[in-house]
Amino acid sequence: MKKTITYTILSICGLLMIIPFIWMLTTSVKSQLEVNKGNVGFLPIENYKVYFDGENEYLVTVVKTVGDSAIVHLFDEKMVRIATYKKIASNQITEKKEFKLHFENFTNAFNKVPFKRYFFNTLFVSFSVVIGVLITGSLAAYAFATMRFKGRDFIFYLFISMMMVPQPVYLIPSYVLLNHLGWIDTYQALIIPWIANIFTIFLLRQQFKTIPSALFDAARIDGCGRFRTLWTLVLPLSKSVIVTSAIFGFIGSWNSFMWPLVMTDSPEIRVLQVGLSYFSQESSAQTSLLMAASTFSILPLVLLFLILQKQIIASFASSGLKG
Amino acid sequence: MKKDKKFDFGPYLYILPAAIIIIVFRLVPIILSFIVSFYEWTITGPGEFIGFANYLEMLRDGEFWQSLLNTLNLVVFVVPISLILSLVFANFLNGITKLKSLFRSIYFIPTVTSMVAISIVWKIIFNQQTGLANFFLTKFGFDPMGWLAESRGVFDLFLSNFGLDFSAFISGISNAIGVNYHTIYLIFGGPSLALFCIIVVTIWKGLGYNTIIYLAGLQNIPKVYYEAADIDGAGKIKQFFKITWHLVSPTTFYVLMMTTIVTFQVFSQIYLMTGPPIGGPLGTTKVIVYFLFDKGFGESNNLSYASAVALVLFGIILSLTLWQKKMEKKVHY
Repeated sequence: MKKTITYTILSICGLLMIIPFIWMLTTSVKSQLEVNKGNVGFLPIENYKVYFDGENEYLVTVVKTVGDSAIVHLFDEKMVRIATYKKIASNQITEKKEFKLHFENFTNAFNKVPFKRYFFNTLFVSFSVVIGVLITGSLAAYAFATMRFKGRDFIFYLFISMMMVPQPVYLIPSYVLLNHLGWIDTYQALIIPWIANIFTIFLLRQQFKTIPSALFDAARIDGCGRFRTLWTLVLPLSKSVIVTSAIFGFIGSWNSFMWPLVMTDSPEIRVLQVGLSYFSQESSAQTSLLMAASTFSILPLVLLFLILQKQIIASFASSGLKG
Repeated sequence: MKKDKKFDFGPYLYILPAAIIIIVFRLVPIILSFIVSFYEWTITGPGEFIGFANYLEMLRDGEFWQSLLNTLNLVVFVVPISLILSLVFANFLNGITKLKSLFRSIYFIPTVTSMVAISIVWKIIFNQQTGLANFFLTKFGFDPMGWLAESRGVFDLFLSNFGLDFSAFISGISNAIGVNYHTIYLIFGGPSLALFCIIVVTIWKGLGYNTIIYLAGLQNIPKVYYEAADIDGAGKIKQFFKITWHLVSPTTFYVLMMTTIVTFQVFSQIYLMTGPPIGGPLGTTKVIVYFLFDKGFGESNNLSYASAVALVLFGIILSLTLWQKKMEKKVHY
């Protein structure tokens, strides 16, 4: 009994959480005409009236009914107007309901602006950032976790304290700086400032510290240098934290919006989120195209999430315990 | 341990790549932002030294105060509601075994999807003509609402439903203390319905993350406490308030802090969902980060003023964080 209540509540809440996505999907396969007609429910069912004149079938919009006859406009299946203010008998008009999926919305949206380019840019930037973050992060974390040197704790806590600074604070001076470097509207502006991540350094350092020092001693006795120890001993033992860091880096980079919005301008460099934002401003009335574009732009991350859900949820959960 | 005679540069080489990036692209900009805020500064570069002029300007700038008020409204609604809902969800999830991971994943999907895409979706949901929100309202026999185009405060809308004359109440206060009607309305009318839509989206987006964090926190509470409480005959609700609430408090502080910090920096929802003009009806959804973005990169291109606003935002966030840290030490279990 108690379990039933729990499951009911969880299901209702779960439904509320994914309704926007379901509606996004169903609207993305509707024709814009249906949406504008106010047919905004969940099922992509189209209501329309047809007129059969003995040879061809036409789509009909009724202007006025007078007694048994109706004054109508006729259209062909491509909504090209065939006749206007034609008088026909009312009983020749039949109402039809059809379940129809307009997958062409996806190709139309995809081709309307260079989404292909935006996807490429986003993938390129995200992969570069992830690789950069892992390289700089594991090198720095390795030093912080296993080596003794002057100023180590000071530098580490200086880094950590900078994690507290919110992005809007360094956005404007970064713009000034990147402008000075001539990097505005280049890939560098999207990649270089992000190839070191303080949180990643922190996560990796925590992990590296858990490796028993006896292993390091053994490696040293065997004549294994620092870098080789990192590469052959430390990193293989830290796979899960590396995956976690990569996931955070990738999701963060893929979804980042304000930074690329400010730092880039031309369509050649534009990333997906910014491209989608411009697309939504240009085609604000094209609801079903917008839904199609939203769908394909979140699809890669949702797929990634569905494949790696255990790992991703565990990563986010651990960010709370350690952070 | 044997001490090397020569100074060991090794460790510094290892931290060098990260350090260069962090110093050049974090530390330098933070210092630079103070400098920028004290000079006239546009896209072409620095102008005259103007001292605290920007900060004094802010005190007089009605638009700044409105965006600060909007941001506070956002935080005041989002943080507690999100906290309570995610704790409730986490508790329910913690009580089941079957389908647990399915529900967890469903709640979590909004967290991994981009704010841009879901803002577009929600904007259409709240569209007056073709949106899902009005579709449901009319289905259940209510009047359609203006949603993102509605500048009236939610308290006003709610009380007007019961035939109360809210504007008389506002003019009463306005006359009594001699502050203009509009200002009093902004403070007592609550967030506009448009901002309320943003509140809904912001809660929805962050709920999954907070739930996961709480779930991890709940799983850390030893089962023996509950077993003991069961033996003593304490009900589930009593157990929640006497055991769970106290033992999960470190997580509560973390969730509180993170949600507050993130909500103060809301930008994408505003940029994509409200407008044109962005900032919503009568500027009622203009939040502080959008305000500084608009000042810095909009028409006026006043990077200097924008930088000063950003630093004030930083000051607010930092003091709240420090205050919460202090509170956390007091309530330590």
